[in-house]
Amino acid sequence: MARTRGINARRRRRLNVFRTVVLVLLGVFFLTPLFAMFEFTTRGDTPSSPRSLAAWGEIASAPNLISSIVTSLGLAVITSVAMIVLLVPTMIWVRLRLPRLFRVIEFLCLLPLTIPAIVLVVGLAPVYLWVTYFFGDSALTLSFAYVILVLPYTFRALDAGMSAIDVRTMSEAARSLGAGWTTVMFRIIPPNMRAALLNASLLSVALVLGEFTLANLLNFLNLQVEINQLGQANAPVSIAVALGSLLFAFALLVSLSFVDRPRGSSAPPDEGLIAPLAPVENATWGQQA
Amino acid sequence: MTEAVGVATLGTGRAGVQVRLEDLRRRYAGVSALDGFSLTLEPGELIALLGPSGCGKTTALRLVAGLEDADGGQVVVDGKDVTGLPANKRDMGMVFQAYSLFPHMTARQNVAFGLRLRGVKSSERKQRAGDMLDLVGLSAQADRYAHQMSGGQQQRVALARALAIRPKVLLLDEPLSALDAKVRAQLRDEIRRVQLEVGTTTLFVTHDQEEALAIADRVGVMRAGHLEQLDAPGTVYSRPQTPFVAEFVGLSNRIPAMVSGKTAEVLGVHLPLVDETTSDGPAIAIVRPEAFTLAGTIGDTSLDAPLAGTVIATAFLGAVSRITVDLGGGLTVMAQLPTSEASAYPAGTAALLHLRTDAVLVTREAAVVPAPGPAAAAVENVGRAG
Ligand SMILES: Nc1ncnc2c1ncn2[C@@H]1O[C@H](COP(=O)(O)OP(=O)(O)OP(=O)(O)O)[C@@H](O)[C@H]1O
Ligand SMILES: [Mg+2]
Repeated sequence: MARTRGINARRRRRLNVFRTVVLVLLGVFFLTPLFAMFEFTTRGDTPSSPRSLAAWGEIASAPNLISSIVTSLGLAVITSVAMIVLLVPTMIWVRLRLPRLFRVIEFLCLLPLTIPAIVLVVGLAPVYLWVTYFFGDSALTLSFAYVILVLPYTFRALDAGMSAIDVRTMSEAARSLGAGWTTVMFRIIPPNMRAALLNASLLSVALVLGEFTLANLLNFLNLQVEINQLGQANAPVSIAVALGSLLFAFALLVSLSFVDRPRGSSAPPDEGLIAPLAPVENATWGQQA
Repeated sequence: MTEAVGVATLGTGRAGVQVRLEDLRRRYAGVSALDGFSLTLEPGELIALLGPSGCGKTTALRLVAGLEDADGGQVVVDGKDVTGLPANKRDMGMVFQAYSLFPHMTARQNVAFGLRLRGVKSSERKQRAGDMLDLVGLSAQADRYAHQMSGGQQQRVALARALAIRPKVLLLDEPLSALDAKVRAQLRDEIRRVQLEVGTTTLFVTHDQEEALAIADRVGVMRAGHLEQLDAPGTVYSRPQTPFVAEFVGLSNRIPAMVSGKTAEVLGVHLPLVDETTSDGPAIAIVRPEAFTLAGTIGDTSLDAPLAGTVIATAFLGAVSRITVDLGGGLTVMAQLPTSEASAYPAGTAALLHLRTDAVLVTREAAVVPAPGPAAAAVENVGRAG
């Protein structure tokens, strides 16, 4: 008895050491670049000048910066909403009524992943002549392209969420009680895949906030394009904004994951939020060069 | 065995409506799931559909509910043809085999959901949902979510939810099969009590014969997409119309027999045939274990045709026991006897059996797939000619 407890204790201690080491290594790995960014923004104009937060102060006064931030946030919201409105009913419908089409839909949704952004632009440019003609030249029209861009990630997240619940039985129960298809698609299924919806939205937000290539090549001014331009004129301010947007996205993810926590013990358990966040790091923030 | 309960006479609530399924057909990719299925449910009646796996029970129910489209045939509810109506316009309450409560709603909200869709006022909704939960004995759990309830409780809420909309028809698709035996028996009686109380015409699908016989006004035995027999539970059990029904409902012995004229010779006893049109020749007789009685020990000559054998197993089932007797020549039969009699014959003792001269069903087909459940293994005998 005492021996097993001793073994368990030793094993637990070893596990704790392992955990700490992994945590520290990962922390160093992720935080070093962030710290380096911060360090860079606090340098003065010359190597000898004292450290200052002047670059951070200049964010507010940089022309176009605030408006590009607003644009990117607007794009993020529109893209998320449009993606959900488009994808969720489609996926429910395919799951229930046209299971044979599932592979086709999956293929279509994953397609943007295999097409390089630069190729996408070549195709999108003529389309955007029409988009501009019909919807004006607001940068918000970028959400049309962004909805396509986020499909591969959001499709996976939503599909996982739908597989976790019994969509068929739930919708049949609802229909036998008198619910039409709209009720099923908006009031029955989505509330039970909140975590998946949140995941998909987060992925969209993160992707949109970090998108550079399409916006730049289609001549729209979003946050990343502005950061890039600013970087050529005023490097410390551009890095400060980049760091700021990173921290903003981080804060967003953390706060949203708290929003999703079950209220007390009474809410149904949901799948965790953590897993699908991994690709955000690579897919989004790598693009600003 | 349960006797038929008078149709709709025990209902204290409003009367149910008549439901007619007429010649329903449904094929899946070349497989015929329903093949001319007809059934009439009288107002307030509970019919249990019983049959082996894959015989089309669920398909029949889903066609009635409108969750599946029929290839042919009609569903007529209260004189109106509803075949073309979508599921959400049919006013049918359904309880599913899988747990189907909406996880994001409490029990009360689940029950009130159908009422909300019908625009019932909030106060009345709450009242009626409360009443329904009372009816299934769950008022204390009204504010719980599905994951905070047991399987049995969830199915009760599902029943309350289906009944809350005051459906014209109540459809239950093996609602108890995910529950353990004790809860199952309890809940089955409760479903019957509730059904009698509200008086809703009900179609109850199950593959558990005990369940069907215990709860239904009439039992419909299905086979390969059509109805084989529809009768009161007692009749289905004691006077099966076909060998399939005889073998599927209850336990039976398959014993080699010789048909000649209007009788079959089984173990040396001439028994009248149920189906007198059976052609002459060898066949298999389907004999209930109750048809055997113990005639006494070897040497007793007071009986005309005693069957001598050795008891090889005894199964104690409570008031009755079932003994397996080896009659020699590779033939074993099961007999069901009062436990007081059977206890005198432990395994290994010699026994004399007597076969009652009830009308007998004969078949020339292979054995039916035995239904699940402890009392349902058919005894197969091969080797000895009648
Ligand atoms: N969606 C479907 N696609 C293809 N075949 C189906 C489908 N649903 C049912 N079937 C077939 O139709 C037949 C009847 O199925 P059904 O589900 O009605 O059987 P059941 O009597 O309810 O069986 P169980 O007791 O196993 O539930 C089966 O042969 C089944 O394979
Ligand atoms: Mg079934």
